[in-house]
Amino acid sequence: MQTAIKHITDTDIWVALESVKDPEIPVISVVEMGIVTKVASGESQVASGQSSRYARVTMTPTFVGCPAIGVMKKDIYDAVKKLGFEEVEVTVDMDTAWSSDRMTPEAKSKLEKFGIAPPAVMDSDLTEEMLDKVRCPHCHSTDTTLRSAFGSTLCRAIRFCFSCKQGFEQFKPL
Amino acid sequence: MNTEAIKDLLYKMADDALVIGHRNSEWTGIGPMLEEDLAFSSMAQDKVGHSQALYQIIHTVFGEREPDVLAFQRSEKEFKCCQLVELPIGEYDFSLIRHFLFDHAEALRYEMLTTSTLMPLAQLAKKVRGEIKYHVMHADTFLKQLANGSEESKARMQASLNYAMPYALGIFEKSAFEDTLIGEGVFGGEEKLQHLWLEKVTGIVTTAGLQMPQVDEAKIIYGGRKGFHSEYLKSLLDEMTEVTRIDPSAEW
Ligand SMILES: [Zn+2]
Repeated sequence: MQTAIKHITDTDIWVALESVKDPEIPVISVVEMGIVTKVASGESQVASGQSSRYARVTMTPTFVGCPAIGVMKKDIYDAVKKLGFEEVEVTVDMDTAWSSDRMTPEAKSKLEKFGIAPPAVMDSDLTEEMLDKVRCPHCHSTDTTLRSAFGSTLCRAIRFCFSCKQGFEQFKPL
Repeated sequence: MNTEAIKDLLYKMADDALVIGHRNSEWTGIGPMLEEDLAFSSMAQDKVGHSQALYQIIHTVFGEREPDVLAFQRSEKEFKCCQLVELPIGEYDFSLIRHFLFDHAEALRYEMLTTSTLMPLAQLAKKVRGEIKYHVMHADTFLKQLANGSEESKARMQASLNYAMPYALGIFEKSAFEDTLIGEGVFGGEEKLQHLWLEKVTGIVTTAGLQMPQVDEAKIIYGGRKGFHSEYLKSLLDEMTEVTRIDPSAEW
């Protein structure tokens, strides 16, 4: 006798992935970050009329050398596996290149509340202006300057705010 | 497509990135200031990441060994990096000049490769060129600053530039496959790259008030691309392998 199992859809996978956070920015999910590029699921026939349910998730790295990729890959695997799939495959590829423009508006506002200035929109190549006039996440002044394009993680730059005289980090436009 | 030609291109790029990445990481903890410490270690992490992505293409597309095996278990002779990246970090002004010369070449190379007919390479190039822009920006800022600093700092920058230039020109050592790569649309070739690079670098150097050294063809330091290396590569590779030998699961 077969047990009736609730049909799990791709939407369920997307919802489950909302609970997987970026380890470097624990308030933002991998979906909001734009790291997950594709989700697919279905059933494959295995022996004697039995079927096995599979899920495939594709992700793309923010920075190619990002050390958090391995952790995120494992967390994604665990979250999807918990839904009840027999087979889960998580692939990292660059078929879709990550750009900071892939971050959702919610992710950008969460980032600012977290104390990191969100990246400017990258509709063209990087320009000096994108690194200029960045709003301070503490006092919201735009009287700030780039101190170094390299911060505590690959995706962050270091800035200084002349208005509140504090340093802060900026998520780099990429 | 000509497999040997493409592998040769991928190996030299990957080896350059791996070796310069390890050299840059030597500044960790000893940089002239904390921000420079972070800059050099971040750039090192980027470069090692790029090398791994390139070894990954060699592995998946051409069926060669796993990326970490390619990085840490090939002999010195099998390495295709240019000698510029092998040199010890020296004083800060040398490391900075090398970073400036190398990263401009790399930025232009990836720019050219965004239209490569080798799809995974074109994809990687589109991604990496954005990251390298930050490296180039960093190099340009500090080059200008130090060249316009004291008389001493200017003189030191000029001396390092003079010393590094014959090595930097060695980046563009031609392989036996130039025509094949150009013909197949994989890569526009070293000659074109060198031309673009000279134009770019000369502009910035001159604006910063330094002199662009003129190097005779006979003085250019070639060999790296064909497996002939400086005395420094062997010990660097040994050090890198040592880390994996102690902890085989060592993170990149
Ligand atoms: Zn402020």
